[in-house]
Amino acid sequence: MSTTGAPTTPAAAMHEAAPARPVWHVALVRPETMTLVLLIVAIIVASYLSPYFLDIGYILRSFTLSAEFALVALVLTMVIIAGEIDLSPASNMALSACLFAWAQASGIPMPIAIAIGLLAGLAMGALNAFMVIALQLPSIIVTIGTLTLYRGLAQIIAGDKSIRVPDWFIGIDKVMVLGIPVPVVIFIVAALVLGLILAGTIFGRQIYQIGTNEVAARYAGIRTRRIKLTLFLLIGLVSAVAGMMTASRLGSVRYDLGLGGELQMVLMAMLGGTYIFGGRGTILGTFLAAWLLVVVSTGMTVANLLPAIQLTVLGVLLIVAIIATNFIYSRTQR
Amino acid sequence: MNIVRSILVRRETGIAVMIVLLCLAVGLYKPQFLTLNQLRVILLLVPLIMIVAMGQMLVLVARHVDLSVGSMLGLSAMLAGMMFRDMPYIPWPVGFVVAIGAGALLGLLNGALVTVFKLPAIIVTLGTLNLYRGLTFIVSDARQVDRQFVPSALKSMSQTSPIFGIPWIIFMALGIVLLAWWFTRHTIVGRQIFALGSNPSAAELRGVKVNQITLLVFTISGALSGLAGIMYASRWGFVNPSNTGAGFEFQVIAAVVIGGVSINGGVGTVPGVMLGVLLLGCVAAALPLLGIPGTAQGAIYGAIILVALLIDRSVRQQGIASLKMVRA
Repeated sequence: MSTTGAPTTPAAAMHEAAPARPVWHVALVRPETMTLVLLIVAIIVASYLSPYFLDIGYILRSFTLSAEFALVALVLTMVIIAGEIDLSPASNMALSACLFAWAQASGIPMPIAIAIGLLAGLAMGALNAFMVIALQLPSIIVTIGTLTLYRGLAQIIAGDKSIRVPDWFIGIDKVMVLGIPVPVVIFIVAALVLGLILAGTIFGRQIYQIGTNEVAARYAGIRTRRIKLTLFLLIGLVSAVAGMMTASRLGSVRYDLGLGGELQMVLMAMLGGTYIFGGRGTILGTFLAAWLLVVVSTGMTVANLLPAIQLTVLGVLLIVAIIATNFIYSRTQR
Repeated sequence: MNIVRSILVRRETGIAVMIVLLCLAVGLYKPQFLTLNQLRVILLLVPLIMIVAMGQMLVLVARHVDLSVGSMLGLSAMLAGMMFRDMPYIPWPVGFVVAIGAGALLGLLNGALVTVFKLPAIIVTLGTLNLYRGLTFIVSDARQVDRQFVPSALKSMSQTSPIFGIPWIIFMALGIVLLAWWFTRHTIVGRQIFALGSNPSAAELRGVKVNQITLLVFTISGALSGLAGIMYASRWGFVNPSNTGAGFEFQVIAAVVIGGVSINGGVGTVPGVMLGVLLLGCVAAALPLLGIPGTAQGAIYGAIILVALLIDRSVRQQGIASLKMVRA
């Protein structure tokens, strides 16, 4: 609310929640602090369970398994801050990867096949945006519909078979840059760029304004529709990229690629302290939450827990995270 | 004339016309679609969706949504099935009590999370969707309850019939529909759900106990999912931790939304939802006859949800336009 008037630097934006309080106090009640503390606790517990955990290479390799979801979760954070939600990215990943794999399997040259996949992602984002922005339908229900639709279309294209991708395309997670797997590098770079955009540009601050009070934002001259359109297109495009990263990691594409991924994406955003009703949240929080989630699920794998139990833990985490975030925000009303 | 008009503009009429047109179109192409035998196929497809849809309708009318119905169905079916397997000495009708009770408890938990912590239902039930599915694996040790353990008396409910060759489970679904119709039309609590969904703050001022009603609709949704769970065991004769009820929420939401329940709360009728479910059943029965592979079902459900949203929107805008005309 108070972010518009005075020229805001990123640092000022961080502090404006409670200007009268000391800095350490403000930092302490931020939800990102909760995420960071949880992350440290999780690392300590996990390294207690298995000595492999202190091996940074092991954690990085584990992160490649979730890097695609984490990448989308960064953009999803911005969408949620703008007061909307998108549950369809996981299905979008599947459909764009299926289209890409189907195109290259039927003899279309690789660059064009990749372009087809990316355009498909954009188109899916555009359809969501059209229903939500132009037709004024609630994004929750719209994206439940498109979640089903996109996954269903992927199933029509791929059937029950898996489509192979060419050998040279396989293994993006095995390629290292400075000892870090490429998917992790992409995630970190994306987090830096999006974090700077969200916290340090006019565009980013306008996203917060829309989420806090859309009507007021419109009266203040913010192009709310254009910004939301940008966000939906961006999440569509990034989902397509994530879909192809998954295809490269798995070596083949099936219609159930990324099935249930929407839970992990929403969970990362919620764990990172994004406020479900919009207007609050940071990329830093989601960034930390992605690592937290990787440490937790890798820890559970190391501890030999069944995938089903992991599912239960993720479900509980989601509910606990949203309760905790809401609690923190209710204590720090601006 | 007025009566004809008021029937024509009703939402239910539109769905009924769509069903008739669909059946005629498919029937022209494949005449065997319009036989009694095919009607039986359609009727056997719908009871589970019908029952769960009635609960989902109440939740949507109260301005919430319940994504966890499929997992509640799976977990309660699994609990009942394990009771059949591990405690065969207990009479089988107790399975109904177990499944409905378990479902009601799970639904109550959803409702409690939504009311106590003031959380949006979509996120809560996205969490419990996964939580309950995981619990199903944990309690069952990831093992299926096989055919031989499900009591034959229960299985025969889907095959034998009291009258006209119509199986028991269809009558049960019909009973639930009638009950839901009575509940939404003729009880104070039922009407209060609509009041709450139309305008929550006004409803509260008017003395509607918002928290209790919210708890109630989620509990009913859970209990009906539990009932559908035991009927799943009856219909298919087994309970599988990963398949049973998976993806069910999308079919149910598609049926309810196409049945004219507004996603903005406060609007919805039992006959409309019933017709919505039947329409979905007709589509599902027509697909194999038309040679469309079963893999296309997901896309069709998704498309149905989106089309229903568009219809809902245009209906709402017409309503607003007619209100403005009255005022002018």
